[in-house]
Amino acid sequence: MSVRALLGRLASALVTLVLISIVSFAVIQLPPGDVISNWVTQQEIVAGSNLPPATYEMLRERYGFGESLPVQYLKWVGGFFRGDFGFSVIYDGAPVAEIVGRRIGMTFLLVILSLIVAWGIAIPLGIYAATHKNRFSDYLLSNIALFGLSIPDFLMAVVYLFVAVFLLDTNYVGGLFSSAYENAPWSLERLVDFLKHLAVPLFILSIGGMAGTFRIMRANLLDLLDQQFVETARAKGLAERAVIYRHAARIAINPLISRLGMQLPVLLNGTIIISIVLDLPTLGPPFYRALIAQDMYLAGTVLMILAVTLLVGNLIADLLLAWSDPRVREG
Amino acid sequence: MSDRRTSVPGVPEPAPGSALPAVSGAARGSTLEPTVEASVSEADAYRLLTVRQLMWRKFLSNRLAVLSAFVLIALYSMTAFAGFVAPYDPQDGVSRLSYAPPTPLRFRTEEGDFTLRPFVYGLKSERSTKTFMLEFVEDTSVRHPVYFLEHGEPYRLLGIFPATLRLFGTRDPDARVSLMGNDQRGRDLFSRIVYGGQVSLSVGLVGVAIMVLLGSVIGTLSGYFGGWFDSLVQRAIETLRVFPEIPLWMALSAAIPPTWSPEWVYAGIVVLLALLGWTGLAREVRGLTLSLKRRDFVLAAEASGASTARIVRRHLIPTMTSHIIVTATLAVPVTIIGESALSFLGIGVRPPMMSWGLLLSDAFKVQVIALYPWMLFPALFILVTVLAFNFFGDGLRDMADPFS
Repeated sequence: MSVRALLGRLASALVTLVLISIVSFAVIQLPPGDVISNWVTQQEIVAGSNLPPATYEMLRERYGFGESLPVQYLKWVGGFFRGDFGFSVIYDGAPVAEIVGRRIGMTFLLVILSLIVAWGIAIPLGIYAATHKNRFSDYLLSNIALFGLSIPDFLMAVVYLFVAVFLLDTNYVGGLFSSAYENAPWSLERLVDFLKHLAVPLFILSIGGMAGTFRIMRANLLDLLDQQFVETARAKGLAERAVIYRHAARIAINPLISRLGMQLPVLLNGTIIISIVLDLPTLGPPFYRALIAQDMYLAGTVLMILAVTLLVGNLIADLLLAWSDPRVREG
Repeated sequence: MSDRRTSVPGVPEPAPGSALPAVSGAARGSTLEPTVEASVSEADAYRLLTVRQLMWRKFLSNRLAVLSAFVLIALYSMTAFAGFVAPYDPQDGVSRLSYAPPTPLRFRTEEGDFTLRPFVYGLKSERSTKTFMLEFVEDTSVRHPVYFLEHGEPYRLLGIFPATLRLFGTRDPDARVSLMGNDQRGRDLFSRIVYGGQVSLSVGLVGVAIMVLLGSVIGTLSGYFGGWFDSLVQRAIETLRVFPEIPLWMALSAAIPPTWSPEWVYAGIVVLLALLGWTGLAREVRGLTLSLKRRDFVLAAEASGASTARIVRRHLIPTMTSHIIVTATLAVPVTIIGESALSFLGIGVRPPMMSWGLLLSDAFKVQVIALYPWMLFPALFILVTVLAFNFFGDGLRDMADPFS
């Protein structure tokens, strides 16, 4: 990718960024009433206290309630540059940036790990199926993949909850830590506990990606194995292993990288919904709670951050493709 | 080495599960193979088939797709004739039967005699001597035969015609047949699933119908005209697609005012799913239009003075129909999952309306899953429907390209 193309791509991403913030702002504005009034009402119900009028006025001024929508939008966006994304009602007025900051790391960790698991399992299986085309194992794998592609993540999570309750631990109520390690500092035991809890959600999350990756890998490799350069490699007397792994499979991976941009949203979707069902410490549960309680700054900000993540993910996928495919780089 | 043999180009090999030999492969291989005569005459025989016949053969050769088609027909007719299939009214709860387990259909009496007509035993609750909890015990003193095509409680067939005929049921209203158990309020889960399917399954069809309309019209226009309209549409699609779909569905669905009636909420959710889902189809149709509009038949139509509307309607859309149908079929399960997920999380359709996702949300508590596992039955229905649509769509995709 030439520098020029890269700059063009960045400029386009910048425009999309603005559009994303507008859509997120619209989501914040959709429910009736404004966030501050909701918060004030909630404070009155829960704490029985009234907000000092000065604070109330300050918040109104800060977020521009009562002013026109464009002004409100600009005030909201302006806050980003100071790290201010608004405040959350359900977390007692804590800044949204803080709540999101605490959970965003785990969200990305889950997405990236599930991508690694999905690719790590699906690529070898795809190669195997393509080199054993029309055999029973190929047929079986292909149908299992279609099956895996069909199972909605949240159903898998519910079923897992069912299995976990019956087989593993009758006290399991979700989360990524046993109650003993919930608030403990990191240690070897805590890490082991964490990995034990992580394994199954990670597996559930990877199934969709695995199935998709497998299908693409198999189809790509089948196409490539019919091409002349493969024939040439064989004619040179290369071992079949070298032909497949060093020549064909190496190229068959490229479309997977360019599909990364389509795979990330699927994984992010899965992470969010599985986290809600299993109560994992990612952005899912606060997002869900915020929506139910109409805590719109939190909900809108999470939505925006997820979208921005995907935007950045797409850019990275483009760069990776340029790195792995010389045709993209030069042309 | 068999690995090598299967991947050598030019050797004809049937596609998996296909009865058709690959015609193009046979033609290519014929110069090398000793069986020139056989492959040529075989190719000739197949050339006599019309495209439509070829497509049919292609579809029928995919057994999973055919099976899925039957499953879908069965599911949709079950929900269309919900009143007939469901033995009880879905809202009619018997508090005595709160969380009563599924009643087994029995064919063998206590004395060990076999009866062709299945029967059930009534349930009575007894306090367990061990746990002191109320437990359901079958009252084996009276057998309640299950009769088919019996007149039962009145209902409205297709929501219009008053009817009383039911597919099955017992004659004693106190001994109920609950194939899939009862929920907290003692309502028959099977009846609720049958009625819930009306929402779950129709969301897919109605939502996708709107999607097809939006996607094909916008996609064709954007591909055919290009220019500013195209850039605008592409930008809108790009923005919509950069949002992960489930969180965006959730955010918009949560914004549906709580004051709306259940019917309006249902309509709102269908429209919402459609408005966020048309982008994939629009992209595909745009790509197809771009490649089609340079083809001779479109240029010929243009040269002979056909209007744009006519070209789009008579030439572009019919050529793309098979692609649109395949994409639309594969969009149905996505929409069904969307509605199920939203209802499951409590931000979809609202009671008294039922959908499979909403029914499943009753099971979304660890204690419920542990004690009353039959509450997970709606999950099975969602799964089977989604699988059937995916396998069916896969079959249609092969069918749309009968020459491969």
